[in-house]
Amino acid sequence: MTTVVPEGAMAAAPVISAPKAAKHALTSPWASLAAVVLAIVWTVPTAGLLISSFRPETDVKTTGWWHVFTSPSFTLDNYRQVLSSGSQTNLTGNLVNTIVITLPAVIIPIFLATMAAYAFAWMKFPAKNLLFVLVFALQIVPIQVCLIPLLKLYNKPPFHLMPIHGGENPPAGGLYSVWLSHTIFALPLAIFLLHNFMREIPGELIESARVDGAGHVQIFSRIMLPLMMPAIAAFGVLQFLWVWNDLLVAMIFGQSTPPLTKALTDLTGTRGQDWPLLTAGAFVSMVIPLIVFIAMQRFFVRGLLAGSVKG
Amino acid sequence: MRARKTRRGAAVAAVVASAALVLAGCASSDDDSSKVSGTWPGAKLSECSGLSQLSQYGDLTGKTIEAYTSITAPEGDAQVRSYALFEKCTGAKIKYNANKDFEKNVLVRAQGNDLPDVAYVPQPGLLKQLVDTGTVVKPPKDVETNVDKFWSTDWKNYGTVDGTFYAAPLGANVKSFVWYSPSMFQKNGWKIPTTWADMMTLTAQIQKSGTTPWCAGFESGDASGWPGTDWLEEVMLRTAGPDVYDQWVAHKIPFNDPQVSKALDQVGEILKNPKYVNGGIGDVKSIAGTAFGDAGLPILKNKCAMMQMAGFYAANWPKGTKVGPDGDVYAFYEPTVDPSKGSPVEGGGEFVVAFNHNPATEAFQTYLSTDVWANEKAKATPDGGWVSANKGLDVTNLTSPIDQLSAKTLADPKAVFRFDASDSMPGAVGSGTFWKEMINWISGQSTKDTLDNIEASWPSS
Repeated sequence: MTTVVPEGAMAAAPVISAPKAAKHALTSPWASLAAVVLAIVWTVPTAGLLISSFRPETDVKTTGWWHVFTSPSFTLDNYRQVLSSGSQTNLTGNLVNTIVITLPAVIIPIFLATMAAYAFAWMKFPAKNLLFVLVFALQIVPIQVCLIPLLKLYNKPPFHLMPIHGGENPPAGGLYSVWLSHTIFALPLAIFLLHNFMREIPGELIESARVDGAGHVQIFSRIMLPLMMPAIAAFGVLQFLWVWNDLLVAMIFGQSTPPLTKALTDLTGTRGQDWPLLTAGAFVSMVIPLIVFIAMQRFFVRGLLAGSVKG
Repeated sequence: MRARKTRRGAAVAAVVASAALVLAGCASSDDDSSKVSGTWPGAKLSECSGLSQLSQYGDLTGKTIEAYTSITAPEGDAQVRSYALFEKCTGAKIKYNANKDFEKNVLVRAQGNDLPDVAYVPQPGLLKQLVDTGTVVKPPKDVETNVDKFWSTDWKNYGTVDGTFYAAPLGANVKSFVWYSPSMFQKNGWKIPTTWADMMTLTAQIQKSGTTPWCAGFESGDASGWPGTDWLEEVMLRTAGPDVYDQWVAHKIPFNDPQVSKALDQVGEILKNPKYVNGGIGDVKSIAGTAFGDAGLPILKNKCAMMQMAGFYAANWPKGTKVGPDGDVYAFYEPTVDPSKGSPVEGGGEFVVAFNHNPATEAFQTYLSTDVWANEKAKATPDGGWVSANKGLDVTNLTSPIDQLSAKTLADPKAVFRFDASDSMPGAVGSGTFWKEMINWISGQSTKDTLDNIEASWPSS
């Protein structure tokens, strides 16, 4: 709230300090009230879910979560069923799968996209603009259209390459196809975002580096990467949340490594009779993204704002 | 500069070529999985004596069979336990892969050439779609012999597509049940009805005594509305008979045929009568928004007397509820209009399809079609919740009274089994408009509009 300081504020009200003036100009009790009300309305369902996850099964099934205030009864049974290794509905294996899927599926696209974005932004090569428009246009291809052709490619790749999916013992435990699919689906947006950010960096910086004798590799690693950290972190958070919460790609390409999302949909039982377990399962799957988001939100906001304020 | 460029080009080419070599080198062929070798490990074991059909497949040690199914935990765990005997007798291992979105994903996998070894298909309509992809293979002879021996022709027909038999039935469930509270009935002197007319008389009698006779709930997430389709299908099967029912499913008579509209009006006599529903929950319209899983719970609180629901509802009662003829809740066979014309039974089940001719796959398919497996499965399900229409299934192996009742209902020589109509119709109707329009119907839409809308949505091809 106090980070943006309009230049005019200082001249117009020289008595009070700039941050105070900005605060005064940007605060209104009604807006604060609206914000608080919105925050409460948004949080209530989640709070209800959290409370439900600690209630016994029959209570959850027959009465709403607000009944805890009149007749409180709590249990850890739901969490025990979801987390203990003896239980049939244990999620810990799936949690590990999700982590193993998510980390490479975030790092690989960032790795490729930063380099591609650099090439598109600061290197000269034939048909550069056409290629960039093509990459940009790929964003509008819906993911569902690609599923079956991609699956065919993985199972029967051309040129007698090794299939990386299916069969009794797929390589890397069947994880290649999931990582690769997430990378493929993430790249167009990643290249576009990082390219736009990189174009904002003043050309003089690069020129002076050139004059000092730096090649593309040095410019990229010494100048670009440190400057792009906010944008990379912002995209990283976005991609992390997307892959963490993904069900579709995992269902099609990750048969042998079911992640949390798939386990959660199956948690309710064939006839949906075990749905109270979902409350605890949902919280288990929410904890890590929540930690990542809170830890990285500083970068996230900065990355989104990058380039929006020109000095 | 120039030399540098060529060198770089050469390096790139070398990397690509070596990567291709490495990958190509790893490509392995699975030819050895189609040969039979060795004698089967079950030859010396006494518990394998009932499975002599498997001896022709030899020693399957080290082979893995992927079974792709829609039966998830906890029901899936009992499935896995029932394969122990197969694994012991053949040496093969089963990789059980259950998925709640099986219906959608199995088609993607079939089209994307990512085939499991066997799949358990829960709908005849889906079976036909799968066969149409050209990936399903015919079962070995023993499977057909077993199906002829252990199942009725009604069941075999549902595993047959265009005259070719593809899939043996696996499990079954019976939908033609009305849940009630035995103690409530006994206390009030109510008798279990044996004809539809009796049931209507009983309904009126219960209503006069001050209890709301029926409760119902159509809500079920993405599949909301299916409990409503069950109501219509049950009455259709009873008033119009199994032959007209088949024509209706195959769209040989239109969906808005007078016989269908008569049946739906008959359902309306119960569900749309504000005096008869919705015990302990609300008015007629509350049926649309009540989860089917919770709809029967008022029976335990004596707020309503009966609910029409499949046998698998036994799992939805809260833990500690005693299910049985002398327990808290139990079910009776939903009576027919004219008992002299046989007892129609509506239900569902799964069918086993295979995607290759590997000996391990064929052996597993054969195992699942035997009476030995049906009894193993019954023993592996100590908490109940599973039945099969396999005639070789010993009812005493089933532990729960409702499963025994289901098995008896299926095995009744007078029983005429028909698959759930909405599962057999094209997906656009069976899991689309039929569900949605039943919700609209219970929310106040007229019978005529409801049936006209469904008829209009029937795919033209």
